[in-house]
Amino acid sequence: MSGIPILLERCAKTFEDGTRALHPTDLAIAAGETIVLLGPSGCGKTTTLRIVAGLESPDAGGRVRFGDADVTEVPIERRNVGMVFQSYALFPNMTVAGNVEYGLKVRGMAAADRAARVREMLAMMRIEPLAARRIDQLSGGQRQRVALARAIAPRPRVLLLDEPLTALDARLREDLRLEIDRLLRSLGITGVYVTHDQAEAMALGDRIAVMSQGRIAQIGTPEQVYFEPADAFVADFIGTMNRVAGTLVDGALRFPGGRLPLPAGHGVPYAMFRPEDLRLVDAAGADFSGRVVSAFFFGDHLRLVVDAGGDAPLVAKLPPRAGLRAGDPVHFTIDAASIAAPAER
Amino acid sequence: MRARRSKAFWALLAFTLAVCAFLVVPVAMSMLAGVTRNYFVGWRGGLTLDWVIKVWTDYRHTIGLSLQIALACLACTLMLGVPAAYVLARSRSRVARAIEELLVMPVAVPGLATALALIVTFGGWGGLRTSWVFILIGHVLFTLPFMVRSVLAVLASIDLRTLEEGARSLGASFTQRFFGIVLPNCRSGIVAGSLMVVTLSLGEFNMTLLLHTPLTPTLPVGLADAYASLRIEVGSAYTLVFFVILIPLLVALQWAGAGVSPGTARRPRSDTPLQGRGSCAPNVNPPGGG
Repeated sequence: MSGIPILLERCAKTFEDGTRALHPTDLAIAAGETIVLLGPSGCGKTTTLRIVAGLESPDAGGRVRFGDADVTEVPIERRNVGMVFQSYALFPNMTVAGNVEYGLKVRGMAAADRAARVREMLAMMRIEPLAARRIDQLSGGQRQRVALARAIAPRPRVLLLDEPLTALDARLREDLRLEIDRLLRSLGITGVYVTHDQAEAMALGDRIAVMSQGRIAQIGTPEQVYFEPADAFVADFIGTMNRVAGTLVDGALRFPGGRLPLPAGHGVPYAMFRPEDLRLVDAAGADFSGRVVSAFFFGDHLRLVVDAGGDAPLVAKLPPRAGLRAGDPVHFTIDAASIAAPAER
Repeated sequence: MRARRSKAFWALLAFTLAVCAFLVVPVAMSMLAGVTRNYFVGWRGGLTLDWVIKVWTDYRHTIGLSLQIALACLACTLMLGVPAAYVLARSRSRVARAIEELLVMPVAVPGLATALALIVTFGGWGGLRTSWVFILIGHVLFTLPFMVRSVLAVLASIDLRTLEEGARSLGASFTQRFFGIVLPNCRSGIVAGSLMVVTLSLGEFNMTLLLHTPLTPTLPVGLADAYASLRIEVGSAYTLVFFVILIPLLVALQWAGAGVSPGTARRPRSDTPLQGRGSCAPNVNPPGGG
């Protein structure tokens, strides 16, 4: 089983009531690559996935290509995609094995081959003991394993996952995320994964497409999206980003709490940085100072909300033994290299 | 030691039994009246099957016709009602919602009025007026909403759209989806609807009274005739025959619906503690099976 490249060309989607769910969008996904569509609800990520799947057709002018074939007019039944839904969509009238077998059955595979493939899939997802169970006897995590087994059983060229972990609790999410990662890597299948959870996106995506209001705001590797956000929306949606406004003085940004060193070529009167890039120092060597508003101890790190005189409080992520509490004065330094200034919209 | 029951328990039990008696006693009395030699003397006067035999010889054709109409009516409502419910469940349009509401009209309008409308409209159509099909049309009109609503209720409770999308993503054509996914998952609604349709059709009197001709009397029409013109023992024997036919039929339908096909067998039941006494408990014979 190997993947196939997917190409969306100027795909837009306008619904009957006139809502523009997706503005004309180009998206190229390499064979075997896993791409994560990430964004808040209503950003167009599910619509994009459904266009790839063939459950929605793009507005006139948009094309969908699987490899060399133009599949724009091909219904989902004949696109050979595997799909996993947030609500599992397992068939309640069949057993676990019956569900996994269904895609093979409708394709007319011989009974003996079907049985062998079903066993193989159940073993791969480690759910052999559940084979004869009914769907309503399964837990959420087990259901999603069955849904994955069912989706990959007919050897699809593309695996589409629509928020597959959203309905599960935190611990199971972690387990299944690893499982899905293993699956996508070992099968070498082209994957499109929709989520609103940035941790899932970071962990699973070869590349992440961050979407906002029916457009792709940025597409890149998790590192690119995190360290070089294209705009303020991306910066804010992925992780926490501090924003400081002030005045440019001698290659630094002056603000009430002190000054921020700026990288060469920084030309706007504001700057952004991640909470983990701040380092705690003595007053003498500090770039800026402030006062702790609140402190949250997480075990592996200490999270401070600091008032440094700016418009909004700043967030700092420090080693857990820093031993600071609300009201304490704090002094920070930061590398100019950690400062970003993505375009604001 | 058994826990002491409270006074409220006994009061409720007595009330429940009283209500049951209120419902069951008239039926039992009527059936008993059908086998007494003389109703006014009571069962001391002796029991006989003469009345039942008289009903069977004189009214057998009404029973046959009623069963024929009920089953034909069931076939029609299945073929019309199930697809209709599917389309209504799939559609999100306002028209579909309006149709859903309008569907109850034949139930709300008195049967006599519907029958009159049918006669005025179709009464002159060749041999239709004297055919049993004329009654069938009325019955389908009257029972269809029950089938549609019953199936629709089940379809609304499952996520039909996503189930179908799942099946489509696996390569299933419309026919494969409809028969492999949609129908099996609304089976409980189809069974409930079928039971309703058959009972309503078998017992339908209002509409049938006007629709029937002397050549096409159904069971309830014959029953009314027997009550009105013959001895009360005959009418009661008729009731007895009605029950004897109706109950096995309903049980059979329920069974056909709960059918034991691979993969859908209700397994948990066989895993319950009942199994522990399985060896000594006699197998419960299907009611009406003999």
